[in-house]
Amino acid sequence: MTASSDVGYHAQRQARWHYGEAAFWLVVLACGFLFPTRYLIMTDILRLALFAMSLDLILGYAGIVSLGHAAFFGVGAYAAGLLALHGIINEPVLALIAAGLAAMVLGFATSFLVIRGVDLTRLMVTLGIALLLEALAERFSNITGGTDGLQGIEMQPILGEIPFDMFGKAGFFYSLTVLFVLFLLARRIVHSPFGLSLRAIKNNPLRAAAIGIPVNRRLIAIYTLAAFYAGIAGALFTQTTAIASLDVFAFDRSADLMLVLVIGGTGYLYGGLIGAVIFRILQEVFSTITPQYWQFWIGLVLVVIVLVGRQRLLRWVLYVPNLVIKQVAGRKAVVAAPESDA
Amino acid sequence: MTSILTNLFDGVAYGMLLFVLACGLAVTLGLMNFVNLAHGAFAMAGGYVCMVLVNRMGWPFFAALPLAFVSAAAIGIVLERLLYRHLYARSHLDQVLFTIGLTFMSVAAVDYIQGSSRVFINLPAALQGQFDLFGVGIGRYRLMIIVICGLLTIGLQMVLAKTRFGSRLRAAVDDPRAASGLGINVPQVFAFTFAFGCGLAGLGGALSAEILGLDPYFPLKFMIYFLIVVTVGGSSSITGPFLASLLLGIGDVAGKYYVPKMGPFVIYTMMIVILIWRPNGLFGRTAAR
Repeated sequence: MTASSDVGYHAQRQARWHYGEAAFWLVVLACGFLFPTRYLIMTDILRLALFAMSLDLILGYAGIVSLGHAAFFGVGAYAAGLLALHGIINEPVLALIAAGLAAMVLGFATSFLVIRGVDLTRLMVTLGIALLLEALAERFSNITGGTDGLQGIEMQPILGEIPFDMFGKAGFFYSLTVLFVLFLLARRIVHSPFGLSLRAIKNNPLRAAAIGIPVNRRLIAIYTLAAFYAGIAGALFTQTTAIASLDVFAFDRSADLMLVLVIGGTGYLYGGLIGAVIFRILQEVFSTITPQYWQFWIGLVLVVIVLVGRQRLLRWVLYVPNLVIKQVAGRKAVVAAPESDA
Repeated sequence: MTSILTNLFDGVAYGMLLFVLACGLAVTLGLMNFVNLAHGAFAMAGGYVCMVLVNRMGWPFFAALPLAFVSAAAIGIVLERLLYRHLYARSHLDQVLFTIGLTFMSVAAVDYIQGSSRVFINLPAALQGQFDLFGVGIGRYRLMIIVICGLLTIGLQMVLAKTRFGSRLRAAVDDPRAASGLGINVPQVFAFTFAFGCGLAGLGGALSAEILGLDPYFPLKFMIYFLIVVTVGGSSSITGPFLASLLLGIGDVAGKYYVPKMGPFVIYTMMIVILIWRPNGLFGRTAAR
């Protein structure tokens, strides 16, 4: 087997659907029917998962550390809110796409700033952009509603057929559909030659450039795409909660998102989804124990995760499942530790 | 005219304060290339120690200031030895996550111990109010800040330029590997410097309670300011961060006074533009690290 066909073989093997993945989505769908009283929090998790997936696209696949991903979330949220409030686009799905595109435009414009410089500069620039947008939203409070946020948003039925109900059932299945569709798209992208070239860039930009990958253009493309995803997540937030306030831009949101991704693992799309579930459960547990000080425990979790090491932690967590798989199926573990990030 | 001068004076005081708060971070970033987003937590610790000593135990303000320095430095060295030093070799992502975690913990811990409202330190009467100098209103407290921070800056510059420790530190910043090859104990130099930087932050925190406001969210609110000082000023010398702090202080005060509606907009835009123009900072080295 030649080297190139070998690489192609492995890439294709990875891209194939596993039974585990199908099972994962079936479980998610089943949750929608099993816990009819918990739609609100489950919708929240789906939203967070989509947002985390968006960060994973740039952090896990392209290696861009961003502290201001909430900027795109916020733009999406406000765009969806304003569109609905002023009745410009009443139909939620169209409004969702429009909001995503708005975030995408911002992502494209700012990507030129982000691809310059090293990690620290990127951190600062992304953080700065998010803060700038927050300041702008506060400044133009006649449009954004300032600290009170946009009020009186009324969502029209989805596709003109399915109205949002007060239990959040429609919102949940709507969010799930959006998440699944975007997941399929992301899955296709990261397994495409384009996605593989991103990994090459992440591992070594210099080498990637040497073998003919246009590094900057690829980074701009993925950053723009991630902005689109984050914008959709933000728009979902507004559409399912009918609120958009200044805190969509908050630093905490970007920081929490990092935690979600760290819990779930970067560099494979399920990381954000699993991380979102665990994060939200942790947050619930902590806030029932100490309503005011849950942030302390969240911080502690972060510190411990980093100190123990994400790789090691993942090996511990996967130890039992992999052992079971080995015994039952008699083959190598399906769930392997994702690549480390640089 | 006089309002311009008063603003300039306030801006200088603000900038000097920022310098004392942030110069420890410049060393952390410059020497070990470590992204420490928790730097503000040390400042907050110093501020709260000073507040407790002055308000609750009746210490004189000037006696509490050195203790703010010492306590923040002590916390700094303990954390450095226990936690930070394991992370020097890790990726920036790990460092960011770790220090964000620490920041969250410090915010919640202080909130738990001292409550979430803003605290004030009782100042001695001699520091309150302002006096006129050739028609320019000079706040006594701000004048004291300029004096203290000015002396500190000169002292720091002297230590860095003239002493043996200073030359070791500069050597370690320039090239840690070569420095350790010459027999300089780089980790030790760093631990001292880290603790000293934390101490300065603590002192800055105590001084800033009156001007910036001290509450449990201090580390999150001012994190961006510290980072601006360091990234804009570069980390190769202390002159860079010093000038950057003055620029930031004057810019921020002037911005808030003359275009209050733009809020912090001016500062962030300035930062992004400078970083795009010179990714290594205005006064930084040209070589990428």
